[in-house]
Amino acid sequence: MGAAWLLRRLLASVAIIFAVVTFVFILIHVAPGRPCPETVERAVCEELKRQFGLDRPLPEQYWRYLVALAHGNMGNSYANGRPVRAAIAGTIPFTLQLAGAALVLDFLLGLGLGIYQAVRVNRIPDVVLGNVTLFIYSLPTFWLALLLLLVFGEKLRWFPVGGASDPVLCPVVHSLFCVADRLWHTALPAATLGLVGAAGTARFQRAAMLEVARQDYVRTARAKGLPERRVVLRHQLRNALLSFVTRFGLAFPFLLTGAVLIETIFAWPGMGRLAFDAILLRDYPVVTGTALIASVVVVAGNLLADILVGLADPRLRVRAPTDVEVVTA
Amino acid sequence: MTLGTWLALFVALVVTAEIVRVLRHRAMRHERWRRFFRHRTTTWGLGILTFLVIVALAAPLVAPYDPDKQLDIVHLKNHPPSWTFLLGTDVLSRDVWSRTVYGARVSLGIGALGALVAVALGTLVGAVAGYYQRWIDAVLMRGVDVGLALPRIFILLMAVALWDGLPFAALIIVIGLTSWFGTSRLVRAEVLSLRQRDFVVAARALGAGSGRVIFRHVLPNAAAPIIVSAALGVGNVLLLEASLSFLGIGVKPPEPTWGNMIADNAPSIYTAPWSTLFPGLAISLVVLSLNAVADGVRDALDPRAEAA
Repeated sequence: MGAAWLLRRLLASVAIIFAVVTFVFILIHVAPGRPCPETVERAVCEELKRQFGLDRPLPEQYWRYLVALAHGNMGNSYANGRPVRAAIAGTIPFTLQLAGAALVLDFLLGLGLGIYQAVRVNRIPDVVLGNVTLFIYSLPTFWLALLLLLVFGEKLRWFPVGGASDPVLCPVVHSLFCVADRLWHTALPAATLGLVGAAGTARFQRAAMLEVARQDYVRTARAKGLPERRVVLRHQLRNALLSFVTRFGLAFPFLLTGAVLIETIFAWPGMGRLAFDAILLRDYPVVTGTALIASVVVVAGNLLADILVGLADPRLRVRAPTDVEVVTA
Repeated sequence: MTLGTWLALFVALVVTAEIVRVLRHRAMRHERWRRFFRHRTTTWGLGILTFLVIVALAAPLVAPYDPDKQLDIVHLKNHPPSWTFLLGTDVLSRDVWSRTVYGARVSLGIGALGALVAVALGTLVGAVAGYYQRWIDAVLMRGVDVGLALPRIFILLMAVALWDGLPFAALIIVIGLTSWFGTSRLVRAEVLSLRQRDFVVAARALGAGSGRVIFRHVLPNAAAPIIVSAALGVGNVLLLEASLSFLGIGVKPPEPTWGNMIADNAPSIYTAPWSTLFPGLAISLVVLSLNAVADGVRDALDPRAEAA
């Protein structure tokens, strides 16, 4: 994986992001919805459009947007005049916090279950866990969120039903108590995303382990009398983790997609909710901005996975790894 | 629930059992399809799907009430499940069972049609890219790269919200158009390896045109991944439709879809959980069955995954 490969991949990533931004820009501007509601007078609307530069020809608007973007300026929100960059910067920590917590649960639980199932393949624990993970994997995330809210938020009252922190006691993090409060608020939304993700990870990891189990070097390891533990951990797991790295990159789109729904349900002040609200308000700059950030995250995830795989497995350095399970992405 | 609806439900159950039995019986003759039925979950999944499709088709027979009718907004609002209202009534006093049954038509229909659009498009693009290679392949696959990088839910939200509620057909097409990228990569990879095989080379040597080679020789041999991704695709589209409807921008209410029902009743989930839980359970059941069937097909058509 030389510098040339990396450079080519980076350029390709930038090109992809550029294409996404262009696509989103065009999509917004050919949509029939008007930025001002029917109740606003026509003359006022025209004036507003002139102010925001929406009366210019489309190519000119596009060019201006790109130039501004190159300067790191994503425009100002139509709804409240705040810079889009500030709005996104204000919400991203929350999304990262949620996604990070979900990712930890997803990988720890998913890997553990997948490995355990592969070791006990086709025995009772594997079959039971296989059915359970298949079921959880099939749940709509938003419905699972409602279910968890109903049981743990309303009936048992173990966790808060929404928001990222207690608005009275902890509007900002300023003590250890508030850190705990933050985590306590993260529990349910992160558990929702993490559980569904973990079910997918477990299924993936089990299959990867079994795929490796058929390889000659595993048989050799067993034949030369290595203890089973060592065969599983050193030979099987290590090689099965290679394909898992690819899945790591694919987790990003899942978490982002889930974030829109989960953040809406849990009143979580993250980027997904920002995007959703902006779409309903037809707040174009915010919509384009969030879509841009989202695609950057997706592309960066893929790139990161490619690099990690390349570092871990010299055989794959020549070309990008083929997608293992893009169907669900 | 009247005697008639119970009877119709019973008949649906019997017909389902019979269909699965016959399929299973016929499958025993082929090694491949015997593997398909080897897993109990797959057989159950097939049964559940068959049953739901029958129920959806026979909706007027198995649904005791008009799905949109508000039976008695004063006395029958949020009525818990009982023998008269099998799954209870919702916040507008509509019968949840009847809405679930009619919702199956819409939800399954959108799932199947959306997946059909996606798989057809993905297969076509994948086959063309893999078969012709060179610049066609390069152009198409870079397009797919962009498609996979699109934050899909954002795009769908935008399309649906900006157009102010799409009609049915448009919704299906938009969902289909944003769901084919993964399939096309799978098919391309398959076609790339198939086109080097002797029988394809022979067909071309005999003078078969590209179209004939692709459709008669290459694609039939790439059926396994296509079928699997179709089965998974139906589930994905179903979930997507439910998510959009849940956010209030999918299928317009009062049309019953499972997503709509959850959206309508989620605010009253604490007092009347049944009207939210049952439609969600229906979605899960369908997606679960589809995943199980996809697992079975993968097993049946890919002997390598024997250990699984």
